Amino acid sequence: MSGSVVRPTGKTGRLLAANAWLVYLFFYAPIVVLVIYSFSDSRNVGVWGGFTLDWYEDFGNSRQAKGALTNSLKVAVASTVVAVVLGTMSALAIERYRFRGRAFFDALLYLPVIVPDVTMAVMLLLFFAEAASLFGFSKGFATITLSHIAFSISFVSIVVRARISGMSEQLEEAAMDLYATRRQAFRYVTLPAIMPGITGGALLAFTLSLDDVVITEFVTGPGWTTLPVFVFGLIRKGVTPLINAISVIMLIASMGLVALSLLAERARGDRGSEA
Amino acid sequence: MEDIKNPAVELTGVTKRFDDVIAVDTIDLRIADGEFFAMLGPSGCGKTTTLRMIAGLEFPTQGSLKIFGDEVGTLPPNKRPVNTVFQNYALFPHMNVLDNASFGLRMQGVDKGEAAQRAREAIEMVRLGGMEKRKPNQLSGGQQQRVALARALVNRPKVLLLDEPLGALDLKLRQEMQHELKELQRELGVSFVFVTHDQEEALTMSDRIAVMDHGKLLQVGSPDEIYEHPANRFVADFIGQTNFLDGTVRDSETVVLANGSAVAAPSRHTAGTKVALSLRPERIIIRDRGDNEAQPGTDGRGLNGVIRDVTYMGNSLAYTVAIDWMEVEVRTENRPSVARLNPGTNVALTWLDTGASVVAD
Repeated sequence: MSGSVVRPTGKTGRLLAANAWLVYLFFYAPIVVLVIYSFSDSRNVGVWGGFTLDWYEDFGNSRQAKGALTNSLKVAVASTVVAVVLGTMSALAIERYRFRGRAFFDALLYLPVIVPDVTMAVMLLLFFAEAASLFGFSKGFATITLSHIAFSISFVSIVVRARISGMSEQLEEAAMDLYATRRQAFRYVTLPAIMPGITGGALLAFTLSLDDVVITEFVTGPGWTTLPVFVFGLIRKGVTPLINAISVIMLIASMGLVALSLLAERARGDRGSEA
Repeated sequence: MEDIKNPAVELTGVTKRFDDVIAVDTIDLRIADGEFFAMLGPSGCGKTTTLRMIAGLEFPTQGSLKIFGDEVGTLPPNKRPVNTVFQNYALFPHMNVLDNASFGLRMQGVDKGEAAQRAREAIEMVRLGGMEKRKPNQLSGGQQQRVALARALVNRPKVLLLDEPLGALDLKLRQEMQHELKELQRELGVSFVFVTHDQEEALTMSDRIAVMDHGKLLQVGSPDEIYEHPANRFVADFIGQTNFLDGTVRDSETVVLANGSAVAAPSRHTAGTKVALSLRPERIIIRDRGDNEAQPGTDGRGLNGVIRDVTYMGNSLAYTVAIDWMEVEVRTENRPSVARLNPGTNVALTWLDTGASVVAD
């Protein structure tokens, strides 16, 4: 007999395996279908009309689609940069310092993770309606970016905090004991040590921003659209394999980002000797 | 206080409070230049806090702290001529051995080439030559310990602080490192201030030991003084093993034990003081007295008892001997010339006047 007594055998084992395959099928079959039909030479999704790359070419030729993609990237980059800085700072503050209102701030920071997107979108819409009339900025890039920053900070902060809490405070003490100023200790010891967390948080923020439909749809202004919102708009006019093509591009981009974050984590994954 | 001229470290009335907790309570301490000094005590006794105050990682709530005559009380750690070997080493995980070792010099503005050169020498000194490019997680515990040492010593500190540096190592390696640390300290001639909860480590390595408990300094002295003449019951109990026989001082030469028997035990305590006679197990002389019930020890130092139990410990034998009102542990060397006694044997326990010390609480 090989294996432990807790390992299922016989019929139970086969049922478990079947269950696993069903789950995989449920997850990945739609993706496979999506990818296949992005190469279909037929206007109707679900009807195979032979192989073509026309839909990808269409995407390349569509000014609107490319404009939406550019907008998406602009928003994602801008909101990620700001969210990473603020999220990392709040993570450091909460993990490393004891201050008045710390517990309250801590709880508050998780709120955007828990609050439903729609609620958040309505809140932001109302806020910007007020703010727009007060400060006179137009809805579009600014409002979307600010909204994305607002929810991304929480995610960045959570990821970075996990990293900081795994890092011994003694490292900073050791740096200062070795003649580093506070600033140098942060620059040469703390920052490199929490970098994998920051990278992970940044990629998460970037992906979330790139994906967001609900909040963006609520706070965007006339004539300004991001890629997911553009796709959503296309669907209303009828589903063509163009949508498949765009989805495949986004899928590949997301997977690339995830792979990148895993690589970054591995490259810097040496966690040192904290006992 | 001992007469130490130009102490390397001098604490005067130093107190450290964390909110309501007094971690270190009005300590006066002088550590000589070139001395191997151990701070010993159970966890939470304030020894680590004291070390951290010397390092500058904590600031005293009260009192004066001088390093080579300069008041450093609230100077940050990067402005003090001391370096620390941390518990669990605190090596920078993202840097290799060489970068770890040269970090302190780089932060002091030493140029890259010279810093690397000196770091290599330090790495050589702790016998890690060839490991320069390794990351800390590719090293064993003992090797990490050496990197931590090199990283601190490369800066040529005037005082090296070590916070339980051997705590994470296994016994064999620990003994090896004890020896090496001692050698290194002799070679360099700088003061090592060493925090440990291991009394054996403190006894074997140090020139002097400070015993602490509950934030107070109980006794400072050479290993010999502390073992032979413990200042109080806590010190006697914490250092080595001992038997406490409760009693009362009758006069400067005699202590009356719990069963009313008087034994010769000189002390400085006033008559009527509740004390304990501390008898080290290996200082008690045990011999078969047959059926003789007479008080043993012609000089008034002795007790009758019966062996309850014998434990074989390889190089020694431990006897549990029942005397009138309690049990006493006695150790003898396991040598052919020393007769082994069996349980049930009536024995006489005696000791020389250096074998016992009188301690109060």
